[in-house]
Amino acid sequence: MNTRPEAAPLLSVRGLAKYYGTRIGCTDVSFDLWPGEVLGIVGESGSGKSTLLSCLAGHQQPDRGEIHFDGRDLLAMSEPERRRLSRTEQAFVHQNPRDGLRMGISAGGNIGERLMAVGARNYGQIRETGLDWLGRVEIAGARIDDRPSAFSGGMQQRLQIARNLVTAPRLVFMDEPTGGLDVSVQARLLDLLRGLVRDLGLSVVLVTHDLAVVRLLAHRLMVMKSGQVVEQGVTDQVLDDPQHGYTQLLVSSVLQV
Amino acid sequence: MNVASADNYNFAYLDEQTKRMLRRAILKALAVPGYQVPFAPREMPMPYGWGTGGVQVSAACLVPEDRLKVIDQGADDTTNAVSIRKFFQRVAGVATTETTTEATVIQTRHRIPETPLKEDQILVYQVPIPEPLRFLEPRETETRRMHALEEYGLMHVKLYEDIARHGEIATAYAWPVMAEGRYVMTPSPIPKFDNPKLSDCPAIQLFGAGREARIHALPPWTKVVSLDFEDHPFQASKADHACEICGSCESYLDEVITDDQGGRMFVCSDTDFCSTRSNAQQSGAA
Repeated sequence: MNTRPEAAPLLSVRGLAKYYGTRIGCTDVSFDLWPGEVLGIVGESGSGKSTLLSCLAGHQQPDRGEIHFDGRDLLAMSEPERRRLSRTEQAFVHQNPRDGLRMGISAGGNIGERLMAVGARNYGQIRETGLDWLGRVEIAGARIDDRPSAFSGGMQQRLQIARNLVTAPRLVFMDEPTGGLDVSVQARLLDLLRGLVRDLGLSVVLVTHDLAVVRLLAHRLMVMKSGQVVEQGVTDQVLDDPQHGYTQLLVSSVLQV
Repeated sequence: MNVASADNYNFAYLDEQTKRMLRRAILKALAVPGYQVPFAPREMPMPYGWGTGGVQVSAACLVPEDRLKVIDQGADDTTNAVSIRKFFQRVAGVATTETTTEATVIQTRHRIPETPLKEDQILVYQVPIPEPLRFLEPRETETRRMHALEEYGLMHVKLYEDIARHGEIATAYAWPVMAEGRYVMTPSPIPKFDNPKLSDCPAIQLFGAGREARIHALPPWTKVVSLDFEDHPFQASKADHACEICGSCESYLDEVITDDQGGRMFVCSDTDFCSTRSNAQQSGAA
């Protein structure tokens, strides 16, 4: 299931910590993410998953620790470089598509924004790429000029994914990509994500509280509690044979239908 | 010179410290073409939106030897133009003119004169919203960062939306431009017909936005490019008619409704250009 790890990890995190005043956001987080690998981060609300993700994605400045992306020190990088990276080689899928989309701009414009931001200046080509990506995320091409506000929640989320993947990033951060969607829409979205991750060889850091989502998507799993990583390992191993008391509680709390 | 003005007012209305502040901002703006320099606008004896920014920039530029021309949408004889001209006559005592070639300082609202400008002239624009990204990104902190980092993809998203919705870039005025390959700026809302005149202009072009407290500028001979797509290039356009007074096919035209029966006529928006032409025609005929 896992692609063969290459010589160097794509994302390498050491001793990362973020405090909100005296309260702990997350602390002492270390992991490596290899090319083509999906890392799930699970934990209850307030366990520091989202703090960790926003530190990794550069939305927040961590207080301690190191983050290396493809051998480059993210925290030492200048802001223009950092932002260029987050437009090209990295992507961020928000839980609420309204945070990640421009709601007043057509679907095609949403997909084209990253292309135009890196210098695409040919309308025909931008539009063609837009149509191609709408197809890949299973949205009818005829809706290219509709605004996202006319889309259903599931379509908005798929559009957000298309908008993020159009510049072929190598690393995608996802914050509860299936949150707020009903189960059948969730299932389709997960299917789609799994296909895209495999076809494009994406590395993904996936934050969720839904164990079914990580079971389907994640190769490796990190369990967080109170800002700390309490357990990490291969997904199936962690879920089938949880070692830490909190992980055991988490796994046993899942409702069976 | 008007005696009352000399007694009661400092030359050109503003006090010298304010002019100093304005001139510093203008010099900085000239040094960084297209960059919006903040300044501290003063209360002016006219409402915001009537050209308070332009008036302050003009006041900072004027010297007693200057000859001032004021136009509003190209016309010398509309309320806004007349009142600003009178204002400076009164508080600066400078000579005024309606002839573009004679003026040394030209304050304008929404037009560039048809007559080509010269090297010793200053063109002062009244600007309502100096931020080209304003309606795309409401946060000032974010737009400043975007300028600093040259993140102008969003500007093209707007043009993309125009083509997607209307089949062409439907922007007719305030078409965004790139100054000297660095800063995207709004040319104040001039019609896109005037955009090519911004580039390689021998005159100094100053843009003053009073309410928004920003000055930007184009030094002479600055390269100014209108943003576009490779397959949808920028095209300057005007109404497809000739002026009904002077017959010019080259000048920018205003459409004037003449009655409620659908009657209309097209006339030059630049009144000086139009009257100079029609006078020449009459004297030629006579």
